[in-house]
Amino acid sequence: MSSVLVSTTINGDPIEFACPPEETLLDSLRDRVGLTGVKEGCGTGDCGSCSVTLDGRLMCSCLVLSAEVEGRQVGTVEGMVENGQLHPLQESFIDNAALQCGICTPGFLIAANALLERNPSPTEKEIRYALAGNLCRCTGYDKIVRAVQVASKEMRKKSKKTKKK
Amino acid sequence: MGNDTSYTDQKFEQVGRRVRRPDGVDKVTGRAKYGADAYAPGQLVGLILRSPHAHARIKKIDISKAEKLPGVKAVVTCEDLPDLTGGNRGMMDILENCMARGRALYDGHAVAAVAAVDKTIAKQALKLIKVTYEKLPHVTDVDEAMEADAPVVQDFVFTSGVEPKPTKPSNVSGISQFGHGDVDAGFAEADVIVEKSYKTEQTHQGYIEPHACLANMSSDGSGELWVTTQGHFVFRNVCSTLLGIDIAKLKVTASEIGGGFGGKTHVWMEPVALVLSRKANRPVKLVMTRDEVFKASGPTCSTSIDVKIGAKKDGTITAASASLRYQNGAFPANWGMIGAMTAYACYDLKNVKTVGYDVLVNRPKVAAYRAPSAPMAAFGVESTMDLMAGKLGMDPVEFRIKNAAKEGTRASYGPVYGPIGIGPTLEAVKKHPHMRAKLKKNQGRGMACGFWFNFGGQTCTDLNIGIDGTVSLTVGTIDVGGSRASLSLIAAEELGIDYEQVKASVADTASLGHNDMTEGSRGTFSSGMATIFAARNAVEVMKGRAAKMWDIPVEDVVWENGGAKATGKAHSNLPPLTLKEIAAKSPQTGGPIAGHNETVADNAGVSFASHICDVEVDPETGSTRVIRYTVIQDAGKAIHPDYVEGQFQGGAAQGIGWALNEEYIYGKDGTLQNPGFLDYRIPVCSDLPFIDTEILEIPNPNHPYGVRGVGETSIVPPLAAIGNAVSNAVGVRLNHIPMSPPRILKALDEQAGG
Amino acid sequence: MKISLSPTLQAAANGEESISIVAATIGQLLSKLEAQYPNMSQHLEAGIAVAIDGQIYRDDWGKEIPTDAEIYLLPRIQGG
Repeated sequence: MSSVLVSTTINGDPIEFACPPEETLLDSLRDRVGLTGVKEGCGTGDCGSCSVTLDGRLMCSCLVLSAEVEGRQVGTVEGMVENGQLHPLQESFIDNAALQCGICTPGFLIAANALLERNPSPTEKEIRYALAGNLCRCTGYDKIVRAVQVASKEMRKKSKKTKKK
Repeated sequence: MGNDTSYTDQKFEQVGRRVRRPDGVDKVTGRAKYGADAYAPGQLVGLILRSPHAHARIKKIDISKAEKLPGVKAVVTCEDLPDLTGGNRGMMDILENCMARGRALYDGHAVAAVAAVDKTIAKQALKLIKVTYEKLPHVTDVDEAMEADAPVVQDFVFTSGVEPKPTKPSNVSGISQFGHGDVDAGFAEADVIVEKSYKTEQTHQGYIEPHACLANMSSDGSGELWVTTQGHFVFRNVCSTLLGIDIAKLKVTASEIGGGFGGKTHVWMEPVALVLSRKANRPVKLVMTRDEVFKASGPTCSTSIDVKIGAKKDGTITAASASLRYQNGAFPANWGMIGAMTAYACYDLKNVKTVGYDVLVNRPKVAAYRAPSAPMAAFGVESTMDLMAGKLGMDPVEFRIKNAAKEGTRASYGPVYGPIGIGPTLEAVKKHPHMRAKLKKNQGRGMACGFWFNFGGQTCTDLNIGIDGTVSLTVGTIDVGGSRASLSLIAAEELGIDYEQVKASVADTASLGHNDMTEGSRGTFSSGMATIFAARNAVEVMKGRAAKMWDIPVEDVVWENGGAKATGKAHSNLPPLTLKEIAAKSPQTGGPIAGHNETVADNAGVSFASHICDVEVDPETGSTRVIRYTVIQDAGKAIHPDYVEGQFQGGAAQGIGWALNEEYIYGKDGTLQNPGFLDYRIPVCSDLPFIDTEILEIPNPNHPYGVRGVGETSIVPPLAAIGNAVSNAVGVRLNHIPMSPPRILKALDEQAGG
Repeated sequence: MKISLSPTLQAAANGEESISIVAATIGQLLSKLEAQYPNMSQHLEAGIAVAIDGQIYRDDWGKEIPTDAEIYLLPRIQGG
């Protein structure tokens, strides 16, 4: 079977690659684009380790075919650092020990960011339900939820400051 | 050895700080490299063909069509993995589990493997391999496997531990007994006797990262292996033995590990990747799918347990016994023996007897899972303890305190205890505000205790001081939960410098001496000990260098506050030399400054925890939610409290999943029905509350800082704590784990009907 | 000195609950154990841990055994 050529935007950069038509976005991101921050935990959309955003919407990249992202905007964990600065969620995950092995962390960061963009001040319950599609086996989620709470506070403080300016 | 491991009550400057971990930025930016994240030029994609049958004779494997497919570079079967084990049955079991030899022993057992230029071709090649099977009778249930007419899983297995020696092969590979006193006399003394049988289903460690490796064999017989593992030195030794490679010629590099919990202490497929690479003469990447992880990398045992406890009216236990039947999958192991050792370890018993049965079934080879074997035994014992407290009309905590083991108690597994922490955790439960919080309708509170052995083991650590005074700490124990941060704190403490000046990393097998697995909660305990001695070693070197710089005798130099100080009136005019100043002059004073330590960090000391749990049961659906949870555990000394809490919380969450949802479900045909995270449901974020922790610090007398391993014990109490809470919530006692909604509903229906 | 045996090991020592061996170190103890009780070799291969006054040692042959210590032999185990 011949390959398809995909032109897309990943983390703001124009990217082109060729892949078999049945290849998942997860495999293309990892094996062709070199974005191995996107992790495979199950390949069936159950664990959330491969979470990315597609035109701003949270997705499991293992459930998306690469051919479908033609002309669209893909966001991965590699795109969260801006101007060399860690995103407040990234800072908070480190400061609050929200990771142990860290394999699920990229997926959690993408999912948490998608939540905070939609809802800047979520309750604990809202955080827990928003992250329920991401599996973590190390932490019992305790420190992850706390890290998201701290980050959302930080981000609200920052956005108030920028508004004042 | 010359290094004094005994505890000294020193004041800490660095230890106990909640610092940022050295691998933090890499892990939040996607830069950290895990098992599947390595790529080599010319690498091939490896895939494994697995048996669809629970038990079958492999009559023929025809690989000719697969081999001819363009793009296929190697196809291997057991023919390519000859027996080089020299009669070592344990090694042979590993080899046979990697690739079936004439018989498929479980659904998912590997029968052949391919390496091809891409995934599409590799998948096509698997389809072209033709395997002719002859199905054989199978057995997957532990009690059924023990019956006389059960299909025999391995004909080389004869029950050990019985006299006279059996003449017929059996699925019971071993029977082991522990205890002391006279239980019959003890039960005769009892006013009340409680007897109950329990079952627990098989669960998987559920690490989010599947097994993955990149193997690269050279035609000169040397090779490299990049792999996600809890012990790369042990993997090196096993793969070298199985494939006939010199140990020094196989370099194994451990990737970042995406969870292990015991499951990555075992070799499952790495020899297959190496042999594919050897045959293809190209690098081969082999990554398991989640389906393969469930089917072919070891879960923990399912069990069937009988417990009997007798007590006097005043609450004194007079006798306790248990019969513990553990299935080990298709290869012999001693998980039942360990269950029998841990079952009553929390209690001070005059008469106790436990018998462990190790049983073979047609399921995947069982692997260690966090405090392996202890949670199931604790479920049986701690549930029965609550039943007994109820019969005696005693508070369950008071009943346990009355019978708790203490210093001088003969442990149920044999030796006499030194100072231990079960009593203090129970006292902390009693005082905890959680115990007095109000409960609503359909809510109940339970508590339970847990025990685990901790291990030390072979450890080797290097500490090198750079010319700018920063410190590279090189360890050989895999960092599964933040140990690089803890070990850096320890190095900084010893040297008297700031944490930020130390960078810890895990060395490959060519760069450091052998280290045992990160298992048995040993990472921070044993590498911590080796780090202390390596640092003290470096301090001695630096004192010598300072003496040279000052031109005074080394006897007149002491190490204080991160620098050398000259002592005595003759040198009172000499200002101290900092570590940085000494390092800067090292090229002129004798070359690089380093400290090393090689040790067997033995004698790790045992560990205890007590958990409190509130649940709410929905009587309409049988669904149970944990609404509050508290872990109380002795850490000896918490080096980095965040990661100690993390271990407590993570273990509790795994125990909660085991208690309420997780189970391997086998069909009548002996195949696994739920090999995926959709149907094998581990707890998600919305299932759990915050998990409160209380760290007790009762110093371990056998560690300079008082450290105890903390990784495993927290998975032991939850099964029983939740069972006890459910019983207190809705009045039904579940004796079958997991307490899934259908089982709870059935129990509620039976209660209503009966 | 008196060496107590876990019930699992007793069969290899003619069913005795405890045996008598004089040894200064764990290494000496284990080699004398095998010499006196050849059936112990299977257990030694699987691994025997030595508890000295309740502290469990698994690998350290050089560990000295105090003469008045309680010595208890039990099977060696694995962790996760």
